[in-house]
Amino acid sequence: MPQYANIAVSILFDGLAYAMFLFITSVGLSVTMGLMNFVNLAHGAFAMAGGYLVVTLTRSLGVPFIPSLIVAAVVVGAVSVVFERLLYRRLYRATDLEQVLLTIGLAFMAIATYTYFYGPIPKSVPLPRWLEGDVNLGFRTFPSYRAFLIVVGFLLIAVLWYGFERTNIGAKIRAAVDNRRMAQSVGINVDRLFTLIFALGSGLAALGGGLAIQLLGLNPSFAVIYLVLFLLVVAVGGLGSLKGTLLAALVLGIFDTAGKYLFADAGGFFIYAITVLVLLVKPAGFYGRE
Amino acid sequence: MAVSETMNAPEASNGSPLSAHEGAPESARERAAQYVVSRHRFRPAEALPWLLAIAAYFIFPDRMTFGSQVAIMIMFALSLDLILGYAGIVTLGHAAFFGIGAYTVALMVVRFGWTEPISGLFAAAILTGIFGFVLGWFTLRYRGLTLIMLTLATAIMLQEAGNLRSDITGGYDGLPGLTFKPLFGIFNYDLYGHAYYLYAMAALAIVFVLVRRIVYSPFGQALTGIRENVRRMHAIGSPVHRRLVTVYTISAAIAGVAGALFTQTNAYVTLTVFDFDNSAKVMVMLILGGTGRLYGAFVGAVVYLILEDDLSKFSPTFWQFGIGLLLVLTVLFAPRGLLGLIENAAAYLSKRFKS
Repeated sequence: MPQYANIAVSILFDGLAYAMFLFITSVGLSVTMGLMNFVNLAHGAFAMAGGYLVVTLTRSLGVPFIPSLIVAAVVVGAVSVVFERLLYRRLYRATDLEQVLLTIGLAFMAIATYTYFYGPIPKSVPLPRWLEGDVNLGFRTFPSYRAFLIVVGFLLIAVLWYGFERTNIGAKIRAAVDNRRMAQSVGINVDRLFTLIFALGSGLAALGGGLAIQLLGLNPSFAVIYLVLFLLVVAVGGLGSLKGTLLAALVLGIFDTAGKYLFADAGGFFIYAITVLVLLVKPAGFYGRE
Repeated sequence: MAVSETMNAPEASNGSPLSAHEGAPESARERAAQYVVSRHRFRPAEALPWLLAIAAYFIFPDRMTFGSQVAIMIMFALSLDLILGYAGIVTLGHAAFFGIGAYTVALMVVRFGWTEPISGLFAAAILTGIFGFVLGWFTLRYRGLTLIMLTLATAIMLQEAGNLRSDITGGYDGLPGLTFKPLFGIFNYDLYGHAYYLYAMAALAIVFVLVRRIVYSPFGQALTGIRENVRRMHAIGSPVHRRLVTVYTISAAIAGVAGALFTQTNAYVTLTVFDFDNSAKVMVMLILGGTGRLYGAFVGAVVYLILEDDLSKFSPTFWQFGIGLLLVLTVLFAPRGLLGLIENAAAYLSKRFKS
């Protein structure tokens, strides 16, 4: 295979894996923000919490990697409900600014707590043998872990798409995102729906955090560093849109990877430049309502 | 912030030139004018922060470098108060302007050998003002999350661009050892930073008088109107976008001056001035003190920096937890900031004593 084609395939492959991580972690944020207009800057902290739970489960308790991921997603999802009921719900009607401050405060506290217990050094996680090394797809080899990430991503997209578009509860969520008051007046319990979505979104974030350990490394500042990326995905995709989040994750993930491959010095410049361009043209994102 | 406006709202409705305008007789207009003038007048209590600043000069002569940092952060917070507290523009990228100001004076020294400090401040103000104008022109059409992301992305892009041309900016290692000419050709840079403390405080005083004039002017009233109800301001024919861009430009210029002072007092600058942390920090200070009330910036910056100085010596992790907790508690229990809390307490006490 010629050199440039080889690089192009690598970019697409790595970009796709990165996009899947972005999608899994951001989709919950997008739907909660679309549903309640709640700016949740502690979303990254839930992802980080999931990552550290996976570290503890695999390193200290000897649980295998895959079950640890599932346990982390379920536990963090359940714990997030406590936060939602105790703190978040008090600010549903507050301004953006107050929501930003409350949740960034929670994120700071989470970073400090995890630094205290786990230290600032990045953690790694033991992988099962079939996720290490490369996988041969006939024309060339790819890193197994990224291939795994892409498969997980596609599975989740399929499940979420089915849940959103084909089930009763998905229809309720779409209705509530479109017009909350109308949905309430036809008898949908938006409050309970939101708690459910919030738990699901935080659980997915935790899953993304667990998956990210091998891909990006995990230290306590994860909660803020990657939060900015999740927010970019949500803003570019449009609030509350599954399709938009996926498209934004793909565009940002692939362009960011391409930028880092081709112009190593410019580093993170591209992802921000694209965001600014998209938002200047479409202020509500790809599929957001203007 | 919805709560903090309750105290402004009645004033606006009976005192603003807008309501007095509707074919009002001269007397009503005069009363309105009188009201505005009386509100603008300096009250005796307003001398307090400046007296404290002078007292600090004599009481803590060995902490003057810290004092300069406090003055700089107050100015930075004041610039944010102008757009956040008065015009209601939520931004997470205000460090962009601080950084441009900081690099303006640094590059003037390194590239052109221009070491006169006071003209450096003016250059920084003009350059950041221009940048703020251009940025504001494009981004202030948007609100909410879109605007937050645009401002945030701009600051990070500037940082990335600076890192890309680290041959000019010095990258994250920065430009150390900048030397400036003595102030007014007389006062030298000394180890304890006495001259620079007075210099920073004087600059802050000038900026403060300017900001105070702005917020009590009809233009400032219009900004409050935009914050409270954009639609209504559109409806009565106020040029909303132009006003927002104007105040954004002024705010950017002030933040630029704060950044320039930062470079001058520290004699070095690195790309960390563009950090998200820097944008978040100034916002936390302002919220802590109270937005939309001028003196919130003073209280917030002083309390924050003293706490940081003491607690982060003890343990940086502990400090980060503390600041997070402080934010959560402020939002839940003191949405109008420390000053709002003090006002509430004063109102409560005076009621108790009267009855």
